[in-house]
Amino acid sequence: MQDTLTDAQICQPENMVYCRTALMTQAPLSYCPGCGHGTAHRLIMEVIEEMKMQANTIGVAPVGCSVLAYDFLDIDMQQAAHGRAPAVATGIKRLYPDKFVFTYQGDGDLAAIGTGETIHACNRGENITIFFVNNGIYGMTGGQMAPTTLPGMKTATSPFGRDTETMGHPLKITELIANLPGTYFVSRQSVHTPANVRKAKKAIEKAIQYQKLNKGLNFVEIVSNCNSGWKMTPLESNKWMEENMFPFYPLGDIKVPK
Amino acid sequence: MTEEIIIAGFGGQGVLSMGKILAYSGMMQNKEVSWFPSYGPEMRGGTANVTVIISDERISSPILNWFDTAIILNQQSMDKFENSVKKGGILIYDPNGITRHPVRTNINIYTINAADESARMGSAKVFNMIILGAFLKLKPLIGAEYMRKGLEKSLPARHHDMIPENEKAIDIGKSLVKQTYTLN
Amino acid sequence: MKEIRLMKGNEAIAEGVIRAGCDGYFGYPITPQSEVLEYLMANKTKERTGMIVLQAESEIASIHMVYGGAASGKRVMTSSSSPGISLMQEGISFMAGTELPCLLLNVVRGGPGLGTIQPSQSDYFQAVKGGGHGDYKMIVLAPASVQEMYDFAKLGFELAFKHRIQVMVLSDGAIGQMMEKVELDEQVPRWTDEEIVKLHPWSTTGKTPDRERNIITSLDLNPVKQEIINRNLQKKFKHIEETEVRFERIMCDDAEYLFVAYGSSARICQKAVSLGRAKGIKVGLLRPITLFPYPSKELEKLAKQVKGMLSVEMSAGQMVEDVRLSVNGAVPVEHYGRLGGIIPAPDEVLNVLEEKFIKENLLCKTH
Repeated sequence: MQDTLTDAQICQPENMVYCRTALMTQAPLSYCPGCGHGTAHRLIMEVIEEMKMQANTIGVAPVGCSVLAYDFLDIDMQQAAHGRAPAVATGIKRLYPDKFVFTYQGDGDLAAIGTGETIHACNRGENITIFFVNNGIYGMTGGQMAPTTLPGMKTATSPFGRDTETMGHPLKITELIANLPGTYFVSRQSVHTPANVRKAKKAIEKAIQYQKLNKGLNFVEIVSNCNSGWKMTPLESNKWMEENMFPFYPLGDIKVPK
Repeated sequence: MTEEIIIAGFGGQGVLSMGKILAYSGMMQNKEVSWFPSYGPEMRGGTANVTVIISDERISSPILNWFDTAIILNQQSMDKFENSVKKGGILIYDPNGITRHPVRTNINIYTINAADESARMGSAKVFNMIILGAFLKLKPLIGAEYMRKGLEKSLPARHHDMIPENEKAIDIGKSLVKQTYTLN
Repeated sequence: MKEIRLMKGNEAIAEGVIRAGCDGYFGYPITPQSEVLEYLMANKTKERTGMIVLQAESEIASIHMVYGGAASGKRVMTSSSSPGISLMQEGISFMAGTELPCLLLNVVRGGPGLGTIQPSQSDYFQAVKGGGHGDYKMIVLAPASVQEMYDFAKLGFELAFKHRIQVMVLSDGAIGQMMEKVELDEQVPRWTDEEIVKLHPWSTTGKTPDRERNIITSLDLNPVKQEIINRNLQKKFKHIEETEVRFERIMCDDAEYLFVAYGSSARICQKAVSLGRAKGIKVGLLRPITLFPYPSKELEKLAKQVKGMLSVEMSAGQMVEDVRLSVNGAVPVEHYGRLGGIIPAPDEVLNVLEEKFIKENLLCKTH
């Protein structure tokens, strides 16, 4: 008699409440434990799987923590230069108007070096979908100040806190692009609680579904934590995000189709 | 046969389009041709010039220092190109607005009063065709039927009703050109 | 009989890419090449062949749109002039790293900086030695006529897909702006999406159950793997050097002196050759058509025959370095160039050849 159940014994269909999404690869995620990227990846893949769109999807990975997103997502993907993902996606979508084309970008990529590409893709109303993960910091390069870093927030390049007098103000790029006539659906979500995950998934579903309408660019921001960059435990970082990030970047739909 | 021509004047006088019609007509007559313009902001109201080469052979340099024929339509161009005419070559100019007339003695010099004549005809647009007529009188390289084909090809279809007027202006240019200095 | 038109160089390459079955053009206006975008727009390419033409917000965006389209197996291109090409170097380097085929046109103007809009050949190093970061080369084609501007559209796409490489047509303001006779050929059909899947199995067209996912990336953080990737790239460049050299010999058979020139400078030198021959000077011209790969072997051969070579370029002396490397000291190699948008005249370059090689030799003999 064995003392404990084996994995095989546990993983019976009747016990299954959660499993890897088929469109996520077997590669272990390289993100820090507690980071929101993994959940965001999973939600997007879950929706693409549910909509049976794998064969019709081309994704674009940015430069930043999610530069290796293609290691985890079992779809055709291109890796773009820093900030240029919306231009790359434009090139693909213009030539394959019937494919589902999305970018997955962080705040440094989308709202600093790629601001021009972001705004013009939005303004042209490119029929692409942008997933924007905003954690207010440059995670991959080691926690430097981002365009979305909050006032007073300490980073490697604002060690005494972001001084808006000399370092400028955090950029609410999502509100900015929502004002452009080329965007169709713009929403801001988070993935740090089960309830928020469910809401985020709904927004992602819409942002994917709406691309078929050819009405313009669909944009979902996910406000996320960066426990490593913020130098906190995952739980502390989620709490900090709720108390500091959400007041500045309030969750919810920003632009919905009439 | 190779004929190397510079046409120079103000932007707006139809310098480039005259060159283009000449080159197109030459091409229709199965000649090798090249058309090399001055380009850029200097064209906006400043001076414009174009080098046109018509040849029986493959054309080497489209850019030249010396020309068989210079067609000169303003004073700046006279100053710039009078000395670029090959010995024994020809210089054709419209004396209108010219304050210093050409002085070379080793070339043939002609005038064409195209500005006056086009004003008389009531159409500034045919100015350059009168000039072209003067050139064709002196260098009958291209037959009238090929000139017509060149006009058809280089003018947009909506302007094809103006072809007879242009042909008339070419004929007038042929009849009005005058020699003012003859090389012995 | 072939259709004949009098066209500007810029218009000819635009017509050339349409007829070569190009799928997409992404570009940004800049003198002296804006006619390319203008011509494509005026020609309603979407209705004519289905080709997409998009005016981007910048040269940077243009080249990354090209990246996206190329990574999905389409025939795509952009065009610009020197300052714009500098901006594109990021994307070109990424395409080198991902081995994406594309056609690039640089209608060179004088630099550095904003420089001038007049013709120049001062982007030779940038085009031939790899203008962006990293160890890479592009195939560089140097048209010397409006016909070649047209022809190199089709040739460029063929070479680009044959070797999965970027092909740059290195033209200049003179070739771009001048008009000459162009013989047009038949329309090459654009590839269907099904053909692309078959022809370019590496391209990202959507993962189907019958294959693994396709990933276009230039990133590998493992140095051992990255070295292998780079060595394979170098192998490809070597293969191209062995198989794709193109050049034209003009009056070289009995030449005692040689001009080496490409693009519009070659046209000027061609005239200088006939002026020289008329004076009894046995002078020839070697015109490189591919600048990478460079016709080094041909120059090495000619070095055994001629007494001197004059590299003529509208630059301060860039290609001359490759001429010198090719002949490796076997004969004197001199440079003559005009800068700032000034085009040398045929008699001017002939004078220089005489000054540098012939008159000096006479002096040596008399002393």
